[in-house]
Amino acid sequence: MSSPSPRSTGSIDYEQVQASPEFQELRGRLRRFVFPMTAIFLTWYLVYVGLASYAPGFMSFQVFGTITVGLLVGLGQFVSTFVITTLYVRFAEREIDGPAAELRERVEAGMAGNGEVRA
Amino acid sequence: MTADVVLARADEVGSVAANLGFFLLFVIVTLMIVLRVSRTNATRADYYTGGHAFTGPQNGTAIAGDFLSAASFLGIAGAIALYGYDGFLYSIGFLVGWLMALLLVAELLRNTGRFTMGDVLAFRMRQRPVRAAAATSTLIVSLFYLIAQMAGAGGLISLLLQIPADDRFGQAMVIVVVGGLMVVYVLFGGMKGTTWVQIIKAGLLLTGSAVLTAWVLGRFGFDLSAVMARATENSEHGEAVLGPGLQYVNKVDFISLGLALVLGTAGLPHILMRFYTVPSAKEARRSVVWAIWLIGTFYLFTLVLGYGAMALLPPGTITRENQNDAAPLLAYELGGEIMLGLIAAVAFATILAVVAGLTITASASFAHDVYAGILRRGKASPDSEVRVARATALGIGLIAIAGGIIANGQNVAFLVALAFAVAASANLPTILFSLFWKRFNTTGALCSIYGGVLICVSLIVVSPAVSGSPTSMLPDSDFAVFPLSNPGLVSIPASFLLGIVGTLLGGRSDAARYAEMEVRSLTGAGAVRATTAPAPPPRPRAVSATSVGAIPTYNGSDDARPRHTSAAAGPTAGAGSGPARSTRRAGDLFGGSGAAGAGPLPDAPEPVAQDTHRPANGAGRHRPVAPPENPNELTIPHGSLFDPGPDR
Repeated sequence: MSSPSPRSTGSIDYEQVQASPEFQELRGRLRRFVFPMTAIFLTWYLVYVGLASYAPGFMSFQVFGTITVGLLVGLGQFVSTFVITTLYVRFAEREIDGPAAELRERVEAGMAGNGEVRA
Repeated sequence: MTADVVLARADEVGSVAANLGFFLLFVIVTLMIVLRVSRTNATRADYYTGGHAFTGPQNGTAIAGDFLSAASFLGIAGAIALYGYDGFLYSIGFLVGWLMALLLVAELLRNTGRFTMGDVLAFRMRQRPVRAAAATSTLIVSLFYLIAQMAGAGGLISLLLQIPADDRFGQAMVIVVVGGLMVVYVLFGGMKGTTWVQIIKAGLLLTGSAVLTAWVLGRFGFDLSAVMARATENSEHGEAVLGPGLQYVNKVDFISLGLALVLGTAGLPHILMRFYTVPSAKEARRSVVWAIWLIGTFYLFTLVLGYGAMALLPPGTITRENQNDAAPLLAYELGGEIMLGLIAAVAFATILAVVAGLTITASASFAHDVYAGILRRGKASPDSEVRVARATALGIGLIAIAGGIIANGQNVAFLVALAFAVAASANLPTILFSLFWKRFNTTGALCSIYGGVLICVSLIVVSPAVSGSPTSMLPDSDFAVFPLSNPGLVSIPASFLLGIVGTLLGGRSDAARYAEMEVRSLTGAGAVRATTAPAPPPRPRAVSATSVGAIPTYNGSDDARPRHTSAAAGPTAGAGSGPARSTRRAGDLFGGSGAAGAGPLPDAPEPVAQDTHRPANGAGRHRPVAPPENPNELTIPHGSLFDPGPDR
């Protein structure tokens, strides 16, 4: 782990770690989850904002009692936020935390092994 | 409802004694807690982040306390009470924005920074310029937010203490008292005290609004539809309050506001700083999850409170002028003086907790980024950094008091929306790019931050919010050439674009540094850990970096705690020269990083300072290695310069 890199930071060659299949796999897994999820919630939110701006009639339609489509869509934003939060936590605990901890141990062991860090 | 008349004159509601009594109780209890925790406020890490030792749930509750400002509690309830559905839009933007923080920002930021946003940027860019930029945007956002809260405090508290609206002096005194209390919390309590104030406030706020919500619903057989039906009968707008369109007439403007709200949250400096108060990325995630549930639940309550106020208060009670009083008036209507007193105390607590959070963030940014990182080039001792932070907190308190007095009576929502727009324009693009974009460099960061701030603030100055309409700050003049009152739609994309253009124009970014940042951000390797009050084992004074310029800054006093040394040691040398400076920091300081150059650092040596124990150059060369007891000090990257040791 200590092959000198152009600016190595300490004895750990982070570029080598970064290039390792384990790290690539971890990063890919995280990005494949968070990027699409971000796109989904932002789109859904913008749809909501757009509807409120440009389709007030539709949003004011009363579904039952005084409960309007707008209120349901608005509450839907709350629900989707809670759902995405829960999904993300489950995903992260199942797929990210383990591999991340392993890599972390390896990196930190590398530091220690090189006398870099902990004694 | 004999109170009709009284309610209509909102400045004579309730009993001053009850309002004041509950408030004093809150102040006394929180002050006792603050003084108690301040005894263990020994180090710089304690002062800035509570030693990174809060748990996820504690921090999540504190985040809710930090985030739910008077604008959320009084403003949203009031807007719903007045305009119905449109008021609800704010809550949704404020809540949904948290997903951005959860998915993209919180954990990675936690792993790559130590105290401030500047730390994160400095990781792989030229330290001094990016710290200056980060501190600038942090201070601007914090001050706008702070002044808005202070101005709101004047009006609200004057209502509760029955100080007449035309008694400017009386209101000014109220602002002085609020500002003074805030400074006391921050000076004595540091981040620990502030956090506990925020946790207590969040508990009070949620409990108070839950009680009111249940009370309102109980009046209508727990049928939300019935509440709203009654509201439509009671409102001059009739059924229009059930759908959008009453408050926002300019559609594009509304979209612009919506964008600023959803993207601003993850760029608010006082929120970002809270991610450093927990020991790990996983706890940072738990905090955001707690915050999302608490904040989401709270906004659901405000929906009921707003429609409840519309339904239960006599028609015409809530007007554009007193819309912030909807929640307190509803409390009075439901529970009389006692309930009003409780809700009033909650409102005081809300404002105090938020301003304390803003103050500590702004003072940390100034002391850590500007003073230690730029003025002293990383050679300030942690002790002196904390002294500067405290002095800055005092200064910020004075500015906030003065600004609050001047802005008293201005449109508070305008200032808060401005803060969100600036946060979204200046901070978010840079944070996202630096976490996710390999090529991003110093030039890109500077273009994005300064460009974002400049565009955003200038557009606001020439917007209808400032001049040209009867509701603007300066209704008598008209230089509003920009049609939108919130600039987000233009300034946020512009800032992203500037970040891209600047990056392409700038030098190559440093691949090694990015690799390190990416590895650390995802795995948590080398991230700051919690410090528990460390009893440092005596170590020989280390010398810090040996290398070159390292000067151990540690001044004499350190005796006992050698650790610091390292911290101090900065490499002084000029840029490249310092070899060892460790790379990371070094780079940061001097730069280079972004630009190609930087780096001559010999690779070999290990980073010096990491705060710690990383052996300063060369492993262990000099330092005897002691087992670090404080992991924090070990690994941190940039911050290291100044490291944290226990400061005192």
